[in-house]
Amino acid sequence: MTQQSTTAVEGLAGVTADWSADKQSFPVPWGKAMMWIFLLSDTFIFTCFLTGYMNVRMSTTEAWPNPSEVFSLVVAGKHVPLLLIAIMTMVLITSSGTMAMAVNYGYQRDRKRTALLMFATAFLGLMFVGMQAFEWTKLIVEEGVRPWGNPMGAAQFGSSFFMITGFHGLHVSCGVIYLAVVAKRVLNGFYDRKGTYETVEIAGLYWHFVDLVWVFIFAFFYLW
Amino acid sequence: MGHATEQNAAAHAEGQQHPIRIYLWIWLLLFVVSTFSYFTDYLDRGMLRWGLILLFMFLKAGFIVAIFMHMAWERLALKLAILGPPALLLALIVLMAIEGDYTFITRLAAYAQ
Repeated sequence: MTQQSTTAVEGLAGVTADWSADKQSFPVPWGKAMMWIFLLSDTFIFTCFLTGYMNVRMSTTEAWPNPSEVFSLVVAGKHVPLLLIAIMTMVLITSSGTMAMAVNYGYQRDRKRTALLMFATAFLGLMFVGMQAFEWTKLIVEEGVRPWGNPMGAAQFGSSFFMITGFHGLHVSCGVIYLAVVAKRVLNGFYDRKGTYETVEIAGLYWHFVDLVWVFIFAFFYLW
Repeated sequence: MGHATEQNAAAHAEGQQHPIRIYLWIWLLLFVVSTFSYFTDYLDRGMLRWGLILLFMFLKAGFIVAIFMHMAWERLALKLAILGPPALLLALIVLMAIEGDYTFITRLAAYAQ
């Protein structure tokens, strides 16, 4: 199951061999290595945002608005905490599942199923962005949250929220376009002519990363 | 070069084919763990709640990176190159936590006057 490498040494000796031999260090397609490095840089960006949020939340002397009340929805006259956020989380996990299946069918060269699952993933991504737009609208119009203040408590709540979820939403939106482009190419046989479906896996890496970031936002911003 | 690249791609494609069953299991697990983490919202803010939030968060992150992103099947050199550097961020988090605490105390002292 391991990657084929010219030096098939495993473990730490393998790390030394991979880096010191006169060859490419990572026996993966270059696009995949580059996507991983891009995601590494994105990890640093999102961690900086979340760390900045931690810093302002710790240093404010005003009470932090309770996210479980701010993000509650009224269903049948009752406040259900974080309902929309829970649905958004489930939608994003579902999309990660369909993406993983798409990568699998891609390597089996099953064009139709790969494209179908990728379009499904993109559609779920659109649903996520739509729900986020609804959440933003509700917060701005009904709750009066602004980047510089809000009626519920610490002013830093708004700026942290808009910056973190906005940047994540931007990633989801870009991902939807990216997936749609790759899925269209899958359908018209581009990757059959190219001889490899690795692009589907690379797009998958990006999509799973978007889901991964949401896991951290959900934990630190909505639940903490 | 072209030939070697093709061989590499073929070997790579072969290396990343896993039974669909694994993905379905991880998918299901992600739903279950997400449901658990949602219910931490019903706990009072305290060590139990924060501990569980972190536990479920790392479980989900681990599943996604290891299985969905195929990191479990990559060579150690790539794992270290990608998963190692984020450890540096711990230093940033600790520094900013100290800084935030200091700012908080300074503000308390300043506003009390």
